[in-house]
Amino acid sequence: MINKDIVIIGGGPAGLAAAIGAYEAGNKDIVILERDNQLGGILNQCIHPGFGLHTFKEELTGPEYASRYVKKINDLGIESKLETMVIDIAPNLIVSAINETEGVIQYQAKAVILAMGCRERPRGALNIPGTRPAGIYSAGTAQRYVNIEGFMPGKSVVILGSGDIGLIMARRLTLEGANVKTVVEIMPYSGGLKRNIVQCLDDFNIPLKLSHTVTKIHGKTRVTGVTIARVDDDKKPIPGTEEFIECDTLLLSVGLIPENELSRKVGVKINPRTQGPIVTESLETSIKGIFAAGNVLHVHDLVDYVSGEAYLAGKNSVKYIDGLLNENHMINIVTQDGVRYSVPSSINPKNAEDLSLIRFRSTDVYKDAYVSVFLDQERIIHSKKKIITPGEMEQVTILKKWLQDRPINSIFIKIEKE
Amino acid sequence: MPTKEMICISCPMGCMLSVDYDETGVLKVTGNQCKRGEIYASKEVINPRRVVTSIVPVIGGVEDMVSVKTATDIPKDLMKDCILALKNIKVQAPVEIGQVILENVCGTNVCVIATKRVEKKL
Ligand SMILES: Cc1cc2nc3c(=O)[nH]c(=O)nc-3n(C[C@H](O)[C@H](O)[C@H](O)COP(=O)(O)OP(=O)(O)OC[C@H]3O[C@@H](n4cnc5c(N)ncnc54)[C@H](O)[C@@H]3O)c2cc1C
Ligand code: SF4
Repeated sequence: MINKDIVIIGGGPAGLAAAIGAYEAGNKDIVILERDNQLGGILNQCIHPGFGLHTFKEELTGPEYASRYVKKINDLGIESKLETMVIDIAPNLIVSAINETEGVIQYQAKAVILAMGCRERPRGALNIPGTRPAGIYSAGTAQRYVNIEGFMPGKSVVILGSGDIGLIMARRLTLEGANVKTVVEIMPYSGGLKRNIVQCLDDFNIPLKLSHTVTKIHGKTRVTGVTIARVDDDKKPIPGTEEFIECDTLLLSVGLIPENELSRKVGVKINPRTQGPIVTESLETSIKGIFAAGNVLHVHDLVDYVSGEAYLAGKNSVKYIDGLLNENHMINIVTQDGVRYSVPSSINPKNAEDLSLIRFRSTDVYKDAYVSVFLDQERIIHSKKKIITPGEMEQVTILKKWLQDRPINSIFIKIEKE
Repeated sequence: MPTKEMICISCPMGCMLSVDYDETGVLKVTGNQCKRGEIYASKEVINPRRVVTSIVPVIGGVEDMVSVKTATDIPKDLMKDCILALKNIKVQAPVEIGQVILENVCGTNVCVIATKRVEKKL
């Protein structure tokens, strides 16, 4: 058994920033455990630009963004173990991991930071009739094939789902010479960022078919085409609207789910809406000493936010170890009227930073609506938005001083028409 | 005076821009939340440009491929040609971030540079 103050699970942007946060808060007894053969997480396969505008004031590619953090980790001399997979966390903070050279390694930690990121929704979650020929990939797997291994999954492609990874792959495959025929989205709105619709689809005249889905996959050994159809308000295909599209590849970009097998096993409470741990303003989960940040918590659009959040988790883990994290006086954050969830789900004014960010997603598309925040009955934020969509994460800032003047039971976040 | 509606792609905010322009250029941009929006609109109406990213094979490295990008944006019409120009290129490990992989790609005066470090295989 190795004693280690802070054990970080996952060496993606969240794990890296959490380590730096902890180090800069004064605790240098840290280890990062990463199952892959390099640090950087999913950023290594995101070779497109669009990362780091907030943090570095320039637009970096995924690998460039990751390398800045990896360099800092190396410069600070923070320990990381690659090709080391965590297999268990015990409630008394014993973390078990395995790797080829050392076998099973056990750490007795004082604080654990969950930074395992997310994985793609499995194909089984989709109920598409037809055979299961070769040529069906998840968008993230295709991204790895094309950008890390350097081979193309196919020549003519249909993409199901308009999440950002699917959109980015539409452009990438087109530029590499594939014919991306269409992106099919079951919802009446896109799941990705507007800028990605413009620069990944519009730039190449790739049609986006909203309120459509794939109803059948054709082909015995290899995909030969798909049937798509328009769907009604209940997402049921409308008979008579079917259309056959010839293709040899179908990419599924149907969303990401936080990777929380380890968290569930140790008994961390999970929010059914985010599929990630329920956390406080300090990013502490329902188990004392276990913190979480990044995509393991909820799916983020922007890696900059992941880094900021994780830095805070690292810093707070040190506060916790030093006995400086106050565990009483929680104010609940209640989401209602069009707000699906928030992270965090509670704030303790004693622990809060001067400015606390609360991030949330809406349940639906709202035009010219207001994001409102109430401290009990009093409306304290009422800000007009041209458009609020589930595809783009929203945030509000709560000032610590608002919470200190008088006792508050709950903070309500809602979307109001006026 | 024509007006064009467009979404600014310079950052994830994705502001909806309204651009008034004539043959002399862009006259007025509204809807932007920052200066970059104005710069984007001026380029987009007259000469749209994009950064292109891809990968090229590495010889003797710990990884088989290295990711690359154009150092600045290039004319949008040349994106595919840029990818084609990279098809014949291979680099020798080690590769450093920012190392020039191809100079003056497609006559744009823009270099293609590496965006990842790849060490030599021992
Ligand atoms: C396939 C895919 C593609 C994406 N593409 C984009 C994109 O194009 N643009 C964009 O802005 N965002 C993209 N994202 C979102 C992006 O992942 C996040 O912005 C950011 O990378 C999240 O950082 P993270 O550290 O939380 O997670 P990750 O980057 O996923 O890192 C998690 C790390 O934890 C490791 N890990 C997991 N479980 C264990 C374990 N048990 N033991 C040890 N290590 C473990 C993983 O190997 C991984 O390295 C993508 C996400 C995915 C899944
Ligand atoms: S105008 Fe500024 S804030 Fe708006 S999308 Fe463009 S760069 Fe972003």
